[in-house]
Amino acid sequence: MEIFSYGFMQRAFLAVAMAGLLCSTLSFFVVLNRLSFMGAGISHAILGGIAIGVLLDINPLYTAGIFAVFIALAIGTLTRNGRMHPDTVIGVFFASGMALGVFLISLQEGYHPELFSLLFGNVLAVTAQDLWFLGGLKVLVLVFVIIFFKELLAISFDEELARANGLPVSVLYMGMLVSLALTVVVSVLVLGVVLAAALLVIPAATGHRLCTNYRSMLFLSLGVGLGSGFLGLGVSYRLDVPSGAAIVLCAALFFFLSQSGRSILGALGSPKGGREAPPGGERNGHEH
Amino acid sequence: MTRQPVVYTQELEMILGNSRVLENISMEVFPGDMVGIIGPNGAGKTTLLRLLLGLIRPTAGTVLVFGTRPEKLGKTMDEVGYMPQHPTFTDHFPLSAEDVVLMGTYTASTMGRRLPAEARQRAALSLERVGLLDRRGTPFHELSGGQRQRAFLARALCKEPRLLLLDEPNAGLDLPTQSRFFALLQELRLEKGITVLLVSHDLAVVARYASRLICINRTMHVHGSPADVLNSPQLEEAYRCEFDVLLNMKRG
Repeated sequence: MEIFSYGFMQRAFLAVAMAGLLCSTLSFFVVLNRLSFMGAGISHAILGGIAIGVLLDINPLYTAGIFAVFIALAIGTLTRNGRMHPDTVIGVFFASGMALGVFLISLQEGYHPELFSLLFGNVLAVTAQDLWFLGGLKVLVLVFVIIFFKELLAISFDEELARANGLPVSVLYMGMLVSLALTVVVSVLVLGVVLAAALLVIPAATGHRLCTNYRSMLFLSLGVGLGSGFLGLGVSYRLDVPSGAAIVLCAALFFFLSQSGRSILGALGSPKGGREAPPGGERNGHEH
Repeated sequence: MTRQPVVYTQELEMILGNSRVLENISMEVFPGDMVGIIGPNGAGKTTLLRLLLGLIRPTAGTVLVFGTRPEKLGKTMDEVGYMPQHPTFTDHFPLSAEDVVLMGTYTASTMGRRLPAEARQRAALSLERVGLLDRRGTPFHELSGGQRQRAFLARALCKEPRLLLLDEPNAGLDLPTQSRFFALLQELRLEKGITVLLVSHDLAVVARYASRLICINRTMHVHGSPADVLNSPQLEEAYRCEFDVLLNMKRG
Protein backbone atom coordinates (compact mmCIF):
# COMPACT_ATOMS: atom_id res chain seq x y z
CA MET A 1 0.00 0.00 0.00
CA GLU A 2 2.17 2.76 -1.37
CA ILE A 3 -0.44 5.36 -0.53
CA PHE A 4 0.11 4.86 3.21
CA SER A 5 3.88 5.15 3.00
CA TYR A 6 3.73 8.94 2.99
CA GLY A 7 3.29 10.83 6.24
CA PHE A 8 1.00 13.42 4.65
CA MET A 9 -1.30 10.65 3.36
CA GLN A 10 -1.43 9.02 6.78
CA ARG A 11 -2.43 12.35 8.29
CA ALA A 12 -4.94 12.91 5.48
CA PHE A 13 -6.62 9.55 6.14
CA LEU A 14 -6.76 10.26 9.84
CA ALA A 15 -8.30 13.69 9.19
CA VAL A 16 -10.84 12.22 6.77
CA ALA A 17 -11.73 9.48 9.25
CA MET A 18 -12.34 12.04 12.00
CA ALA A 19 -14.27 14.40 9.73
CA GLY A 20 -16.31 11.54 8.25
CA LEU A 21 -17.26 10.19 11.66
CA LEU A 22 -18.15 13.57 13.08
CA CYS A 23 -19.95 14.98 10.03
CA SER A 24 -22.06 11.85 9.56
CA THR A 25 -23.11 11.86 13.20
CA LEU A 26 -24.13 15.52 13.07
CA SER A 27 -25.71 15.12 9.64
CA PHE A 28 -28.20 12.76 11.30
CA PHE A 29 -29.52 15.69 13.35
CA VAL A 30 -29.06 18.21 10.52
CA VAL A 31 -31.40 16.21 8.27
CA LEU A 32 -33.97 15.42 10.97
CA ASN A 33 -34.09 19.07 12.11
CA ARG A 34 -33.89 20.54 8.59
CA LEU A 35 -30.71 22.44 9.43
CA SER A 36 -28.99 22.05 6.05
CA PHE A 37 -29.00 25.77 5.37
CA MET A 38 -27.62 26.35 8.88
CA GLY A 39 -24.61 24.16 8.02
CA ALA A 40 -24.07 25.97 4.71
CA GLY A 41 -24.49 29.34 6.39
CA ILE A 42 -22.00 28.70 9.19
CA SER A 43 -19.43 27.10 6.88
CA HIS A 44 -19.43 30.14 4.59
CA ALA A 45 -19.69 32.73 7.34
CA ILE A 46 -16.57 31.44 9.10
CA LEU A 47 -14.50 32.90 6.31
CA GLY A 48 -14.60 35.97 8.54
CA GLY A 49 -13.08 33.94 11.40
CA ILE A 50 -10.42 32.49 9.14
CA ALA A 51 -9.48 35.98 7.95
CA ILE A 52 -9.19 37.20 11.54
CA GLY A 53 -6.72 34.37 12.23
CA VAL A 54 -4.67 35.30 9.18
CA LEU A 55 -4.76 38.98 10.19
CA LEU A 56 -3.63 38.23 13.75
CA ASP A 57 -1.12 35.62 12.57
CA ILE A 58 -2.58 32.77 14.62
CA ASN A 59 -3.85 29.42 13.38
CA PRO A 60 -7.00 30.36 11.39
CA LEU A 61 -8.66 27.11 12.53
CA TYR A 62 -8.76 28.40 16.10
CA THR A 63 -10.33 31.73 15.18
CA ALA A 64 -12.67 29.96 12.76
CA GLY A 65 -13.80 27.69 15.61
CA ILE A 66 -14.54 30.60 17.94
CA PHE A 67 -16.24 32.55 15.16
CA ALA A 68 -18.38 29.53 14.18
CA VAL A 69 -19.56 29.01 17.75
CA PHE A 70 -20.39 32.71 18.04
CA ILE A 71 -22.40 32.62 14.80
CA ALA A 72 -24.25 29.45 15.82
CA LEU A 73 -25.23 30.94 19.18
CA ALA A 74 -26.26 34.22 17.54
CA ILE A 75 -28.43 32.44 14.97
CA GLY A 76 -29.93 30.24 17.68
CA THR A 77 -30.70 33.20 19.94
CA LEU A 78 -32.30 35.25 17.17
CA THR A 79 -34.41 32.40 15.83
CA ARG A 80 -35.63 30.74 19.04
CA ASN A 81 -39.16 31.59 20.08
CA GLY A 82 -39.97 32.47 16.46
CA ARG A 83 -38.58 35.97 16.76
CA MET A 84 -37.10 35.78 13.26
CA HIS A 85 -37.27 33.12 10.58
CA PRO A 86 -34.11 30.97 10.54
CA ASP A 87 -33.68 31.36 6.76
CA THR A 88 -33.53 35.13 7.11
CA VAL A 89 -31.06 35.14 10.00
CA ILE A 90 -28.81 32.51 8.42
CA GLY A 91 -28.89 34.45 5.14
CA VAL A 92 -27.70 37.59 6.93
CA PHE A 93 -24.83 35.81 8.75
CA PHE A 94 -23.91 33.82 5.62
CA ALA A 95 -23.39 37.02 3.61
CA SER A 96 -21.93 39.26 6.30
CA GLY A 97 -19.44 36.61 7.51
CA MET A 98 -18.16 36.12 3.97
CA ALA A 99 -18.07 39.87 3.39
CA LEU A 100 -16.01 40.32 6.57
CA GLY A 101 -13.64 37.62 5.36
CA VAL A 102 -13.18 39.19 1.93
CA PHE A 103 -12.78 42.64 3.51
CA LEU A 104 -10.09 41.52 5.98
CA ILE A 105 -8.27 39.37 3.43
CA SER A 106 -8.08 42.31 1.03
CA LEU A 107 -6.31 44.29 3.75
CA GLN A 108 -3.56 41.66 3.91
CA GLU A 109 -0.33 41.97 2.06
CA GLY A 110 1.54 39.04 0.61
CA TYR A 111 0.51 35.52 -0.28
CA HIS A 112 -1.28 33.27 2.24
CA PRO A 113 -1.37 29.68 1.01
CA GLU A 114 -3.24 28.46 4.14
CA LEU A 115 -6.11 30.72 3.13
CA PHE A 116 -6.60 28.90 -0.15
CA SER A 117 -6.29 25.53 1.58
CA LEU A 118 -9.15 26.48 3.89
CA LEU A 119 -11.22 27.99 1.08
CA PHE A 120 -11.07 24.99 -1.21
CA GLY A 121 -9.86 22.28 1.17
CA ASN A 122 -6.49 20.58 1.09
CA VAL A 123 -6.48 17.58 3.33
CA LEU A 124 -2.99 16.68 2.14
CA ALA A 125 -1.67 19.80 3.88
CA VAL A 126 -3.04 18.79 7.29
CA THR A 127 -0.39 19.06 9.98
CA ALA A 128 0.02 17.02 13.15
CA GLN A 129 -1.08 20.10 15.12
CA ASP A 130 -4.28 20.28 13.04
CA LEU A 131 -4.94 16.62 13.81
CA TRP A 132 -4.70 17.21 17.54
CA PHE A 133 -7.09 20.13 17.20
CA LEU A 134 -9.50 18.01 15.15
CA GLY A 135 -9.23 15.19 17.67
CA GLY A 136 -10.07 17.56 20.52
CA LEU A 137 -13.14 18.91 18.74
CA LYS A 138 -14.23 15.39 17.79
CA VAL A 139 -14.07 14.17 21.39
CA LEU A 140 -15.92 17.25 22.63
CA VAL A 141 -18.76 16.93 20.13
CA LEU A 142 -19.09 13.15 20.32
CA VAL A 143 -19.17 13.13 24.12
CA PHE A 144 -22.02 15.67 24.04
CA VAL A 145 -23.95 13.77 21.36
CA ILE A 146 -23.47 10.35 22.98
CA ILE A 147 -24.48 11.52 26.47
CA PHE A 148 -27.54 13.42 25.30
CA PHE A 149 -28.45 11.38 22.21
CA LYS A 150 -31.92 10.39 23.34
CA GLU A 151 -32.75 13.92 24.47
CA LEU A 152 -31.52 15.38 21.15
CA LEU A 153 -33.67 12.82 19.36
CA ALA A 154 -36.64 13.78 21.54
CA ILE A 155 -36.37 17.52 20.83
CA SER A 156 -35.95 16.75 17.12
CA PHE A 157 -39.21 14.78 17.10
CA ASP A 158 -41.49 16.68 19.47
CA GLU A 159 -40.08 19.77 21.12
CA GLU A 160 -43.31 20.61 22.92
CA LEU A 161 -43.46 17.26 24.73
CA ALA A 162 -39.74 17.42 25.54
CA ARG A 163 -40.28 20.82 27.15
CA ALA A 164 -43.35 19.57 29.05
CA ASN A 165 -41.29 16.63 30.32
CA GLY A 166 -38.86 19.09 31.88
CA LEU A 167 -36.00 18.78 29.39
CA PRO A 168 -33.93 21.98 28.98
CA VAL A 169 -34.87 22.24 25.30
CA SER A 170 -33.17 25.58 24.58
CA VAL A 171 -29.89 24.47 26.18
CA LEU A 172 -29.94 21.19 24.26
CA TYR A 173 -30.78 23.00 21.00
CA MET A 174 -27.94 25.48 21.53
CA GLY A 175 -25.64 22.56 22.35
CA MET A 176 -26.65 20.96 19.07
CA LEU A 177 -25.89 24.19 17.19
CA VAL A 178 -22.49 24.58 18.87
CA SER A 179 -21.71 20.94 17.99
CA LEU A 180 -22.73 21.70 14.42
CA ALA A 181 -20.47 24.79 14.37
CA LEU A 182 -17.46 22.82 15.66
CA THR A 183 -18.14 20.06 13.14
CA VAL A 184 -18.22 22.66 10.36
CA VAL A 185 -14.68 23.68 11.37
CA VAL A 186 -13.54 20.05 11.08
CA SER A 187 -15.26 19.79 7.72
CA VAL A 188 -13.68 23.04 6.48
CA LEU A 189 -10.22 21.65 7.11
CA VAL A 190 -10.94 18.62 4.94
CA LEU A 191 -13.32 20.01 2.31
CA GLY A 192 -12.81 23.76 2.46
CA VAL A 193 -15.30 26.56 3.09
CA VAL A 194 -16.96 26.07 -0.28
CA LEU A 195 -17.80 22.38 0.14
CA ALA A 196 -17.86 21.96 3.93
CA ALA A 197 -21.64 21.76 4.24
CA ALA A 198 -21.85 18.76 1.90
CA LEU A 199 -20.76 16.18 4.46
CA LEU A 200 -23.20 17.68 6.95
CA VAL A 201 -26.14 16.76 4.75
CA ILE A 202 -25.42 14.00 2.26
CA PRO A 203 -24.55 11.09 4.61
CA ALA A 204 -27.80 11.23 6.57
CA ALA A 205 -29.84 12.27 3.53
CA THR A 206 -28.70 9.01 1.90
CA GLY A 207 -30.13 6.94 4.72
CA HIS A 208 -33.14 9.06 5.58
CA ARG A 209 -35.66 7.62 3.16
CA LEU A 210 -34.10 4.17 3.05
CA CYS A 211 -34.17 3.46 6.76
CA THR A 212 -37.19 2.99 8.93
CA ASN A 213 -35.40 3.28 12.25
CA TYR A 214 -32.93 5.82 13.53
CA ARG A 215 -30.27 3.29 14.43
CA SER A 216 -29.93 2.00 10.86
CA MET A 217 -30.10 5.58 9.54
CA LEU A 218 -27.24 6.58 11.84
CA PHE A 219 -25.11 3.58 10.87
CA LEU A 220 -25.76 4.08 7.15
CA SER A 221 -24.88 7.75 7.58
CA LEU A 222 -21.59 6.77 9.24
CA GLY A 223 -20.90 4.29 6.44
CA VAL A 224 -21.51 6.91 3.74
CA GLY A 225 -19.46 9.57 5.57
CA LEU A 226 -16.45 7.33 6.13
CA GLY A 227 -16.81 5.44 2.82
CA SER A 228 -17.00 8.56 0.68
CA GLY A 229 -14.11 10.11 2.64
CA PHE A 230 -11.74 7.20 2.05
CA LEU A 231 -12.92 6.56 -1.50
CA GLY A 232 -12.65 10.26 -2.38
CA LEU A 233 -9.17 10.48 -0.93
CA GLY A 234 -8.10 7.43 -2.95
CA VAL A 235 -9.58 8.93 -6.13
CA SER A 236 -7.90 12.24 -5.38
CA TYR A 237 -4.52 10.50 -4.99
CA ARG A 238 -4.89 8.41 -8.15
CA LEU A 239 -6.25 11.12 -10.46
CA ASP A 240 -4.44 14.05 -8.85
CA VAL A 241 -7.64 16.05 -8.33
CA PRO A 242 -8.64 18.15 -5.28
CA SER A 243 -9.58 15.84 -2.41
CA GLY A 244 -12.58 17.92 -1.24
CA ALA A 245 -14.32 17.72 -4.59
CA ALA A 246 -13.56 14.00 -4.93
CA ILE A 247 -14.98 13.24 -1.46
CA VAL A 248 -18.17 15.24 -2.04
CA LEU A 249 -18.70 13.63 -5.46
CA CYS A 250 -18.32 10.16 -3.91
CA ALA A 251 -20.86 11.05 -1.21
CA ALA A 252 -23.23 12.40 -3.88
CA LEU A 253 -22.77 9.16 -5.82
CA PHE A 254 -23.85 7.17 -2.74
CA PHE A 255 -26.87 9.47 -2.39
CA PHE A 256 -28.02 9.11 -5.99
CA LEU A 257 -27.41 5.35 -5.95
CA SER A 258 -29.52 5.05 -2.80
CA GLN A 259 -32.34 7.07 -4.35
CA SER A 260 -32.23 4.98 -7.53
CA GLY A 261 -32.21 1.81 -5.46
CA ARG A 262 -35.19 3.07 -3.51
CA SER A 263 -37.10 3.89 -6.68
CA ILE A 264 -36.34 0.45 -8.12
CA LEU A 265 -37.42 -1.24 -4.91
CA GLY A 266 -40.53 0.93 -4.90
CA ALA A 267 -41.36 -0.09 -8.45
CA LEU A 268 -40.92 -3.74 -7.53
CA GLY A 269 -43.39 -3.22 -4.71
CA SER A 270 -40.95 -3.88 -1.90
CA PRO A 271 -42.12 -2.49 1.43
CA LYS A 272 -38.69 -0.89 1.80
CA GLY A 273 -39.09 1.08 -1.38
CA GLY A 274 -42.01 3.34 -1.85
CA ARG A 275 -42.98 4.05 1.73
CA GLU A 276 -44.93 7.22 2.00
CA ALA A 277 -47.14 8.85 4.57
CA PRO A 278 -50.66 7.46 4.76
CA PRO A 279 -53.07 8.87 2.20
CA GLY A 280 -54.44 12.24 3.14
CA GLY A 281 -51.27 13.47 4.80
CA GLU A 282 -49.55 12.91 8.07
CA ARG A 283 -52.52 13.09 10.34
CA ASN A 284 -55.50 12.13 8.27
CA GLY A 285 -55.01 8.44 7.79
CA HIS A 286 -57.78 6.06 8.70
CA GLU A 287 -57.80 3.47 11.39
CA HIS A 288 -56.50 0.13 10.18
CA MET B 1 -62.33 15.19 54.61
CA THR B 2 -61.72 17.77 51.90
CA ARG B 3 -60.33 16.37 48.68
CA GLN B 4 -57.35 18.25 47.35
CA PRO B 5 -57.84 19.26 43.73
CA VAL B 6 -55.36 17.87 41.20
CA VAL B 7 -55.65 21.09 39.23
CA TYR B 8 -56.54 24.42 40.75
CA THR B 9 -56.63 27.82 39.09
CA GLN B 10 -57.76 31.10 40.57
CA GLU B 11 -58.45 34.22 38.51
CA LEU B 12 -55.92 33.13 35.96
CA GLU B 13 -54.94 35.70 33.37
CA MET B 14 -52.63 35.39 30.40
CA ILE B 15 -51.54 38.13 28.05
CA LEU B 16 -49.54 37.13 24.99
CA GLY B 17 -48.08 40.09 23.10
CA ASN B 18 -50.82 42.70 23.04
CA SER B 19 -53.60 40.17 23.31
CA ARG B 20 -55.42 39.08 26.47
CA VAL B 21 -55.76 35.38 25.73
CA LEU B 22 -57.25 34.30 29.06
CA GLU B 23 -58.79 36.12 31.98
CA ASN B 24 -60.60 35.24 35.16
CA ILE B 25 -60.25 31.46 34.80
CA SER B 26 -61.00 29.77 38.13
CA MET B 27 -61.50 26.04 38.27
CA GLU B 28 -60.86 22.90 40.25
CA VAL B 29 -60.32 19.41 38.88
CA PHE B 30 -60.51 16.56 41.37
CA PRO B 31 -58.92 13.08 41.32
CA GLY B 32 -60.65 10.74 38.88
CA ASP B 33 -62.48 13.54 37.06
CA MET B 34 -62.64 13.58 33.30
CA VAL B 35 -63.02 17.22 32.45
CA GLY B 36 -63.54 18.53 28.95
CA ILE B 37 -62.34 22.06 28.20
CA ILE B 38 -64.45 23.21 25.30
CA GLY B 39 -64.63 26.41 23.33
CA PRO B 40 -64.32 27.72 19.78
CA ASN B 41 -61.03 28.03 17.90
CA GLY B 42 -58.75 30.61 19.45
CA ALA B 43 -60.57 30.48 22.80
CA GLY B 44 -57.33 29.96 24.74
CA LYS B 45 -57.79 26.24 25.44
CA THR B 46 -54.27 25.21 24.46
CA THR B 47 -52.84 28.22 26.32
CA LEU B 48 -54.64 26.99 29.44
CA LEU B 49 -53.05 23.55 29.07
CA ARG B 50 -49.62 25.11 28.55
CA LEU B 51 -50.12 27.12 31.73
CA LEU B 52 -50.95 23.93 33.62
CA LEU B 53 -47.79 22.31 32.26
CA GLY B 54 -45.63 25.25 33.32
CA LEU B 55 -44.57 25.88 29.72
CA ILE B 56 -45.66 29.50 30.13
CA ARG B 57 -46.22 31.57 33.26
CA PRO B 58 -49.50 33.35 33.92
CA THR B 59 -49.60 37.13 33.78
CA ALA B 60 -51.77 37.11 36.91
CA GLY B 61 -53.61 34.65 39.11
CA THR B 62 -52.77 31.27 40.56
CA VAL B 63 -52.25 27.90 38.95
CA LEU B 64 -51.50 24.81 41.01
CA VAL B 65 -51.04 21.21 39.91
CA PHE B 66 -50.93 18.66 42.74
CA GLY B 67 -50.92 21.68 45.06
CA THR B 68 -47.70 23.13 43.58
CA ARG B 69 -46.90 25.73 40.92
CA PRO B 70 -46.21 23.73 37.72
CA GLU B 71 -42.68 25.10 37.23
CA LYS B 72 -41.82 23.95 40.77
CA LEU B 73 -43.17 20.43 40.35
CA GLY B 74 -39.74 18.88 39.68
CA LYS B 75 -39.93 15.08 39.72
CA THR B 76 -43.68 15.21 40.37
CA MET B 77 -43.95 16.41 36.75
CA ASP B 78 -43.28 12.77 35.86
CA GLU B 79 -46.81 12.10 37.11
CA VAL B 80 -48.28 14.35 34.44
CA GLY B 81 -48.83 12.78 31.01
CA TYR B 82 -49.21 15.16 28.10
CA MET B 83 -50.46 14.65 24.57
CA PRO B 84 -49.76 17.82 22.56
CA GLN B 85 -51.85 18.91 19.62
CA HIS B 86 -50.46 18.30 16.13
CA PRO B 87 -46.84 17.58 16.92
CA THR B 88 -44.89 18.76 13.88
CA PHE B 89 -42.06 16.48 12.89
CA THR B 90 -40.02 15.78 9.81
CA ASP B 91 -41.88 13.55 7.40
CA HIS B 92 -40.53 9.99 7.48
CA PHE B 93 -38.97 10.43 10.91
CA PRO B 94 -37.20 7.10 11.43
CA LEU B 95 -38.85 5.97 14.66
CA SER B 96 -40.90 2.89 15.44
CA ALA B 97 -44.15 3.10 17.42
CA GLU B 98 -42.24 1.79 20.43
CA ASP B 99 -39.50 4.42 20.05
CA VAL B 100 -42.17 7.15 20.10
CA VAL B 101 -43.83 5.69 23.18
CA LEU B 102 -40.49 5.41 24.99
CA MET B 103 -39.99 9.14 24.48
CA GLY B 104 -42.66 9.66 27.10
CA THR B 105 -40.08 8.55 29.65
CA TYR B 106 -37.37 10.99 28.48
CA THR B 107 -37.70 13.43 31.35
CA ALA B 108 -35.38 15.68 33.31
CA SER B 109 -34.81 12.82 35.79
CA THR B 110 -33.56 10.42 33.08
CA MET B 111 -31.51 13.03 31.21
CA GLY B 112 -28.05 11.88 30.19
CA ARG B 113 -28.71 8.38 31.57
CA ARG B 114 -29.48 5.05 29.98
CA LEU B 115 -33.13 4.19 30.18
CA PRO B 116 -33.85 1.58 32.83
CA ALA B 117 -35.05 -1.81 31.56
CA GLU B 118 -38.42 -1.23 33.18
CA ALA B 119 -39.01 1.70 30.79
CA ARG B 120 -39.30 -0.79 27.93
CA GLN B 121 -41.68 -2.89 29.99
CA ARG B 122 -43.81 0.18 30.68
CA ALA B 123 -43.74 1.07 26.98
CA ALA B 124 -44.91 -2.44 26.13
CA LEU B 125 -47.69 -2.23 28.72
CA SER B 126 -48.79 1.16 27.38
CA LEU B 127 -48.81 -0.14 23.82
CA GLU B 128 -50.84 -3.14 24.95
CA ARG B 129 -53.24 -0.84 26.78
CA VAL B 130 -53.97 1.12 23.59
CA GLY B 131 -54.07 -2.04 21.47
CA LEU B 132 -50.88 -1.39 19.52
CA LEU B 133 -48.53 -3.98 20.97
CA ASP B 134 -48.52 -5.92 17.72
CA ARG B 135 -47.47 -2.73 15.90
CA ARG B 136 -44.62 -1.85 18.27
CA GLY B 137 -41.96 -2.27 15.60
CA THR B 138 -43.94 -0.55 12.85
CA PRO B 139 -42.40 2.70 11.57
CA PHE B 140 -44.38 5.50 13.12
CA HIS B 141 -45.05 7.21 9.78
CA GLU B 142 -46.73 4.03 8.55
CA LEU B 143 -49.38 4.14 11.28
CA SER B 144 -52.82 5.50 10.42
CA GLY B 145 -54.10 8.71 12.00
CA GLY B 146 -56.01 6.81 14.70
CA GLN B 147 -53.07 4.57 15.47
CA ARG B 148 -50.80 7.58 15.81
CA GLN B 149 -53.18 9.19 18.27
CA ARG B 150 -53.27 5.96 20.26
CA ALA B 151 -49.45 5.79 20.14
CA PHE B 152 -49.31 9.37 21.46
CA LEU B 153 -51.71 8.37 24.24
CA ALA B 154 -49.47 5.38 25.04
CA ARG B 155 -46.52 7.80 25.14
CA ALA B 156 -48.37 9.91 27.71
CA LEU B 157 -49.29 6.76 29.69
CA CYS B 158 -45.73 5.44 29.65
CA LYS B 159 -44.87 7.67 32.64
CA GLU B 160 -47.74 6.04 34.57
CA PRO B 161 -49.24 9.47 35.20
CA ARG B 162 -51.86 10.45 37.73
CA LEU B 163 -52.95 13.36 35.53
CA LEU B 164 -53.43 13.25 31.77
CA LEU B 165 -53.56 16.48 29.78
CA LEU B 166 -54.77 15.92 26.24
CA ASP B 167 -54.90 18.60 23.57
CA GLU B 168 -57.45 17.88 20.83
CA PRO B 169 -56.89 14.11 21.07
CA ASN B 170 -59.75 13.37 18.66
CA ALA B 171 -58.54 15.70 15.92
CA GLY B 172 -58.54 13.98 12.55
CA LEU B 173 -60.20 10.80 13.83
CA ASP B 174 -63.32 9.32 12.33
CA LEU B 175 -66.30 8.67 14.61
CA PRO B 176 -65.77 4.96 15.37
CA THR B 177 -62.11 5.65 16.17
CA GLN B 178 -63.12 8.56 18.40
CA SER B 179 -65.53 6.29 20.28
CA ARG B 180 -62.86 3.65 20.86
CA PHE B 181 -60.37 6.34 21.90
CA PHE B 182 -62.70 7.87 24.48
CA ALA B 183 -63.82 4.46 25.74
CA LEU B 184 -60.16 3.75 26.42
CA LEU B 185 -59.84 7.00 28.35
CA GLN B 186 -62.90 6.03 30.41
CA GLU B 187 -61.32 2.68 31.23
CA LEU B 188 -58.11 4.35 32.37
CA ARG B 189 -60.03 6.76 34.51
CA LEU B 190 -62.19 4.10 36.15
CA GLU B 191 -59.53 1.40 36.57
CA LYS B 192 -56.48 3.49 37.41
CA GLY B 193 -58.16 6.56 38.86
CA ILE B 194 -56.30 8.78 36.40
CA THR B 195 -57.56 12.35 36.23
CA VAL B 196 -58.14 13.41 32.63
CA LEU B 197 -58.32 16.96 31.41
CA LEU B 198 -58.88 17.21 27.70
CA VAL B 199 -59.21 20.11 25.36
CA SER B 200 -61.47 19.88 22.36
CA HIS B 201 -63.54 22.05 20.10
CA ASP B 202 -65.81 19.05 19.45
CA LEU B 203 -68.81 19.56 21.74
CA ALA B 204 -70.68 16.41 20.88
CA VAL B 205 -67.94 13.89 21.52
CA VAL B 206 -66.58 15.50 24.67
CA ALA B 207 -70.04 15.97 26.18
CA ARG B 208 -70.68 12.27 25.74
CA TYR B 209 -67.64 11.14 27.71
CA ALA B 210 -66.61 13.89 30.13
CA SER B 211 -67.88 13.98 33.70
CA ARG B 212 -67.69 17.79 33.65
CA LEU B 213 -67.40 20.46 31.00
CA ILE B 214 -65.75 23.83 31.21
CA CYS B 215 -66.54 26.19 28.39
CA ILE B 216 -64.11 29.01 27.78
CA ASN B 217 -63.68 31.70 25.20
CA ARG B 218 -60.96 33.90 26.65
CA THR B 219 -62.88 33.94 29.90
CA MET B 220 -64.85 31.16 31.57
CA HIS B 221 -68.44 31.17 30.32
CA VAL B 222 -70.01 28.14 31.94
CA HIS B 223 -69.00 24.97 33.76
CA GLY B 224 -70.79 22.00 35.24
CA SER B 225 -72.17 18.64 34.16
CA PRO B 226 -72.40 18.07 30.39
CA ALA B 227 -76.21 18.36 30.54
CA ASP B 228 -76.07 21.66 32.41
CA VAL B 229 -73.45 23.14 30.11
CA LEU B 230 -75.12 22.01 26.91
CA ASN B 231 -78.41 23.54 27.99
CA SER B 232 -76.89 26.77 29.18
CA PRO B 233 -77.52 29.99 27.19
CA GLN B 234 -73.93 31.01 27.93
CA LEU B 235 -72.78 28.33 25.52
CA GLU B 236 -74.19 30.37 22.61
CA GLU B 237 -72.42 33.40 23.95
CA ALA B 238 -69.11 31.53 24.17
CA TYR B 239 -69.35 30.10 20.69
CA ARG B 240 -70.89 33.29 19.30
CA CYS B 241 -73.30 31.34 17.14
CA GLU B 242 -76.99 30.46 17.12
CA PHE B 243 -78.44 27.66 19.16
CA ASP B 244 -79.45 25.56 16.13
CA VAL B 245 -75.86 25.54 14.90
CA LEU B 246 -74.71 24.44 18.33
CA LEU B 247 -77.44 21.83 18.39
CA ASN B 248 -75.90 20.21 15.34
CA MET B 249 -72.53 20.28 17.05
CA LYS B 250 -74.05 18.70 20.14
CA ARG B 251 -75.56 15.94 18.08
CA GLY B 252 -72.26 15.41 16.25
